[in-house]
Amino acid sequence: MDLNTFWFLVWGLLWAVYLALDGFDFGACMAHNFIARTPDERRVVINTIGPVWDGNEVWLVTAGGVTFAAFPPVYASLFSGLYTAMFLLLLSLIFRGVSFEFRGKVEGEGWRRFWDLSIAAGGFLPALLLGVFFGNLFRGFPLEGGTIMSGFFDLLNPYALLTAVFFMIVFLHHGLLWLALRAGGPLAERSAAAASRAWPLVALLFLSFIAASRYATPLFSNYEARPLLYLLPLAAAAGLARSRAGFAASQRGAFLGSFVFIIALVFTGLAGMFPDLVPAIGERGAGLTAYNSASGAYTLKVMTAVVAVFVPAVIAYQLWVYKVFSPKLTTENLKDLGHYY
Amino acid sequence: MDALLLSRLQFAVTAGFHFLFVPLTIGLALLIAVMETLAYIKKDELYLDMAKFWGKLFLINFAVGVVTGITLEFQFGMNWAAYSVFVGDVFGAPLAIEATTSFFLESTFIGVWMFGWKRVSRGMHLLSIWLVAIGTNLSALWIILANGWMQNPVGYAVRNGRAEMTDFAALTLNPYGWTMFFHTVLAAWTVAAFFVMGVSAWHLLRNNRPDFFGRSFRLGAFMALASSLGVLGAGDFNGMMTAKLQPAKFAAMEGVWETGKGVPYNLLVLPDPANERNRVETLGIPKLLSFMAFKDADAEIKGLKDFHPDDRPPFWPVFLGFKLMVGLGMFFIAFSAAASWLSLRGAVQRYPLFLKAALAAIPLPYLANQLGWIVTEVGRQPWIVYGLMRTSEGLSPNVGAGQVAFSLVSLGFVYAALGALGIFLTVKYAAAGPAAPAGRA
Repeated sequence: MDLNTFWFLVWGLLWAVYLALDGFDFGACMAHNFIARTPDERRVVINTIGPVWDGNEVWLVTAGGVTFAAFPPVYASLFSGLYTAMFLLLLSLIFRGVSFEFRGKVEGEGWRRFWDLSIAAGGFLPALLLGVFFGNLFRGFPLEGGTIMSGFFDLLNPYALLTAVFFMIVFLHHGLLWLALRAGGPLAERSAAAASRAWPLVALLFLSFIAASRYATPLFSNYEARPLLYLLPLAAAAGLARSRAGFAASQRGAFLGSFVFIIALVFTGLAGMFPDLVPAIGERGAGLTAYNSASGAYTLKVMTAVVAVFVPAVIAYQLWVYKVFSPKLTTENLKDLGHYY
Repeated sequence: MDALLLSRLQFAVTAGFHFLFVPLTIGLALLIAVMETLAYIKKDELYLDMAKFWGKLFLINFAVGVVTGITLEFQFGMNWAAYSVFVGDVFGAPLAIEATTSFFLESTFIGVWMFGWKRVSRGMHLLSIWLVAIGTNLSALWIILANGWMQNPVGYAVRNGRAEMTDFAALTLNPYGWTMFFHTVLAAWTVAAFFVMGVSAWHLLRNNRPDFFGRSFRLGAFMALASSLGVLGAGDFNGMMTAKLQPAKFAAMEGVWETGKGVPYNLLVLPDPANERNRVETLGIPKLLSFMAFKDADAEIKGLKDFHPDDRPPFWPVFLGFKLMVGLGMFFIAFSAAASWLSLRGAVQRYPLFLKAALAAIPLPYLANQLGWIVTEVGRQPWIVYGLMRTSEGLSPNVGAGQVAFSLVSLGFVYAALGALGIFLTVKYAAAGPAAPAGRA
């Protein structure tokens, strides 16, 4: 494998892990207003993601930084081309981040309600915007010399909107499975039940997304040349099957199934894009590719050394953190933590 | 207004606002780590209460610092696409390395520190806050090395129509970046130290928990003295570096119009930039400026008139920002020396006026930090990469003034609200004081 292909994969992996991790944060944020019935249950929902959401969000920052370092024209083209969408995404992430910290700091119904709404918006909006982002990425852009020529409303095409709704439901389901796993008591039971009810919708949207991708994008042209790639959507389907709450042997298995589903889903799209990182609409290899838009070999080698050492280290210590906080959180034991949101 | 001016304004607002909350957390993380270490070694629970109380104030500011940092990671691509394409090969690396090595570390272990009081051992908890402190300070290093490259581009060659990295070691050992790093980080520690002194002073004035706040005040005073002396030392190196590598910025900082050798340092200068001269310059100490800039009393200093007007930075922000910052820096040394001396003698509570002054001094290091960045960044103009690329050449071609105006105005409102809430909550919890010692679980 050449350096450019390797960096395309690293780039894809960072985005995929970001979506699979922050995805359940979004889902928990979306769910917290309706799945929790008491103020204490709300706190439980927020505190299950409390220790991890910040570390999850750094995968986005890293994906952005690595795009800048390894594929500068892609970084420039994507974020200037999606200026307003990107700005709205950042704004909603800003609100979400401070909501957790601010929400419990003042006594008062109005104060809480405001931050509860902001948390919900901090779940729905990023999920939808990331869906629009990836939908357009899979579809391709009208490009002129590497510059994206579509305005904000051009981004809201039917395929991208379908992807947006798909992402939203996938993350909601992912977050419900997370709550079933990490919360305890009736809240966990309700989350598991809601996840079961959401599952058929996820499956239906997955099928629609695959069908729409075949019809509205050139994603599957790469698959015809290399049929082995079909393993990716198959892996996604396997993860999705396993994520059905009650079908998997354990709640952990269901959550991990959903995790695999999201990773494989992102790679299903990326494999169809290769070698493009910013595809031109309707044509493979005509956009900003891993070859015509990469940094020089020297920079890629330096960055390879950095990610080879530090990304496995990050994965190791983040896994440890997930293990430390694996005991189920309930309304009874919440206050024994010593600190909570 | 055009997209260029709006984009510059937006960058100034987002970076300046981010750095209103970040310096406190850079310094406070370290101070909390020291407190928790003392608690661990001395088996003294009062230090642990201190770590918890200052930790609460830390977290409020950390939240605002984190969320406003994400904007900065993407803003280069959003508003400065041409710049990003030209420099990404070399400039992107330190940003990516920052996220991978430092931001992950602090963001992951802050979760362990916050929620792990009962979930990890005391030793592991202590390690967590040290990892946060190391992560925040390392973050600053990589970001400033990136900025240092914009000030003094090294380790690159212009090939294929862009700046390509040729020497990673030169990039990471950039002397300009390192002197900036020490100057900036020590200035951030000064912010935290004055914050701790000021909040402690407020409680000492009310005789609230003098054991707790007397000790906090002393820690803050020592840290303030050490770091403000360090800022001066690093600032001296920074000044020399600027004189050598960015002579136009240096001339604006000092108000030097005419090139000369053995230039005196004038204690009183009243510039008249319209006529390219100083209306008043008096109380000169012979040859001192040449000596300060080059450690050579006869060294030549290039005056602003020897730069084409298009190559000069805006005069007033650089000149005034620098003079005011230096004045504040001198005040910090004097004040923290007095504070250290008084609290060593255990006498600080006998001087309520001094305590009131300590409270009133909280905003001053924040101001000095902002002024320092204004001098650095406005002084870099008209260059986005010094001597290599002009700011006007760095814009995104497809982002219009309307889009930037929309994002700038909305960010302005959101940031103003966030800033107000952040300050409100910090004041509220600073005034509430620590939990009563009996309430400890």
